[in-house]
Amino acid sequence: MLKRLIYSREGVLSIIVLAMFFGVGVISPDFISLSNSVSIFNDTSILIMLALGQMLVILTRCIDLSVAANVAFTGMFVAMVNQYFPELHMSLLIFLSLFIGALLGAINGLFVWLLKVPSIVITLGTMSIYRGATFLLSDGAWVNSHQMSESFIGLPRYEILSMPVLGWMAVAAIILFFWAMKFSVWGRNFYSAGGNPMAAFYSGVNVGKVQFYAFLVSGTLSGLCGYLWVSRFAVAYVDVANGFELQVIAACVIGGVSIVGGLGSVVGCVIGALFIGVVNNALPIIGVSPFWQMAISGLVIIIAVIANATSGKDKARIILRNPNANDEIRAN
Amino acid sequence: MDTTIKKSATPDSMFTSKLQGLLRWESFLVLIVFLVCVMNSYLSPYFLDPWNLSDATFNFTEKALIALPMAMLIIAKEIDISVAAIISLSSTLMGLVAQMGAPVYAVALVGILAGAACGLFNGILVTRFKIPSIVVTIGTMSLFRGISYILLGDQVVRDYPDGFEFFGQGYVYWVFSFELVLFAFFALVFYWLLHRTTFGRYTYAIGNNPTASYYSGIKVDKHRLILFTLVGVMSGVASILLTSRLGSTRPSIAMGWELSIITMVVLGGVSILGGSGTIAGVVLAVILMGLVTFGMGLLNIPGIVMTIIVGVMLITVVSLPVLITMYKTSLKRKEAKAL
Repeated sequence: MLKRLIYSREGVLSIIVLAMFFGVGVISPDFISLSNSVSIFNDTSILIMLALGQMLVILTRCIDLSVAANVAFTGMFVAMVNQYFPELHMSLLIFLSLFIGALLGAINGLFVWLLKVPSIVITLGTMSIYRGATFLLSDGAWVNSHQMSESFIGLPRYEILSMPVLGWMAVAAIILFFWAMKFSVWGRNFYSAGGNPMAAFYSGVNVGKVQFYAFLVSGTLSGLCGYLWVSRFAVAYVDVANGFELQVIAACVIGGVSIVGGLGSVVGCVIGALFIGVVNNALPIIGVSPFWQMAISGLVIIIAVIANATSGKDKARIILRNPNANDEIRAN
Repeated sequence: MDTTIKKSATPDSMFTSKLQGLLRWESFLVLIVFLVCVMNSYLSPYFLDPWNLSDATFNFTEKALIALPMAMLIIAKEIDISVAAIISLSSTLMGLVAQMGAPVYAVALVGILAGAACGLFNGILVTRFKIPSIVVTIGTMSLFRGISYILLGDQVVRDYPDGFEFFGQGYVYWVFSFELVLFAFFALVFYWLLHRTTFGRYTYAIGNNPTASYYSGIKVDKHRLILFTLVGVMSGVASILLTSRLGSTRPSIAMGWELSIITMVVLGGVSILGGSGTIAGVVLAVILMGLVTFGMGLLNIPGIVMTIIVGVMLITVVSLPVLITMYKTSLKRKEAKAL
């Protein structure tokens, strides 16, 4: 059992993350203090939630490039609602952010489900449309912290058991996803739809509908993260989260979610996101210029996918007589 | 030799095949380009000025140069989203070489070599380790631009040798800029390569069925490697033009270009699933996007609003054929029911 845990992808990855974490701790003991660990987790919360949503989409052989634009649009929308109607209750605003995010996600999903057009093209298009719509909505203006109500900014910062609500939201998302992806039919369908769409179809799974659900969930989470992002940085503008979709996909890829679909776990995905979070937080502490950050994360992605490609990724395809046959044919 | 396979030559089918030829995606693009021209010249009296039109070409020629090999790569079922990062890295290296006092040709050579090296690196990762190209190039996208940031930080390089500005700002004859002439030249080269050589035929074959191509003796991996390197080289060329036009280098150069380049390719009728598409279509899409952008610029529409229109165009282009087929099949079903 222990051996299997260590040799599993998640095991290797968590050992690397922990080694990195404590390695930095040797240089600077403050880094591994409890409060700093909590703050690293809190920093990574938005990435974790978005990566979980993206994981569903990638599992079904799709990709969602519009998450960051969704974050920007929803963030701007709720910030402006808050600016003009500061007396509105927070629960209403959160509901609004979930609803708008879900709507934007559903647009992607409907195209993929009903028209069967490649998701990369659709989300490439909606990415620029949502980002442009953010500009139209705000006319290029910023919503600054003094224009936001106190509860709007305060909610994600409110601490329960010395962790901010933002972090608890990520914890809740992780638990919910872990349960759904392991024990609910709804969650298992994502694996079957992506692992072998034909088999899924014959066993009664509506693959297109499952893909729609994936985009819906990814969009809903993006909407929530839109509010959280704007509130956390206390500012909303058009370029919020610009290019963040690639970090989200990177978190999934590092965490072992296979881009060809059907393979990936919630735990891996979370560790993948934490990996990026720890690297980002550690660099300034070990005195590496922040300019190195981009190259390092690029290198890590490449190493992770090479490790993925050369190690036992065929375990899930054990049904085949020769587990390598399928991949070899596809690769050639 | 036409690229489409000739159908059996009964008079009736010949007529329909000709009709279908007219209804091709490319003819549709020509029509839209024409409409946009008419609309633009109606909306703004400055549109039809040759110098204005010439200025407008600068906005898209660099991207268009990359769209040509990208079209071939996508036809072969691969994709490269690291192109903008390659521009950044190659521009940075050119800047550093220029600072050391290298002559014009050496600076340009460094740009092209850097691009080729990046493309080759992508190709090796994809072919050697059998990793999907979208993941590889997401990684190298951060890596290449990241290296630029390591090398330059927040600095800007401005000292280029005399004569370097010709690439991006010079005119060859009257209103025809060096960039435009270079694009026309490469459009012909890639037309020849894709539609007139076995290399081009192999590209279609690989895109349609990699396994069958492999078993019929095409060196699939070598072919992919060449295509990735080609994309890298053209990104290097585009980087020379862009650096020379701006007269400066910084790591954030050409941010987000990969998306507009892929949009050009898809708008040109290249299937994102591989196997079909033409250079003529891509060139028309490039002209269309250039004209639309230019026309909206004349009307003082901000750039970010244009991205909405480009996004809508992209989605319409991929959805419309599907909707038409769905409509046709539903009609047929109704007919069958009526019978």
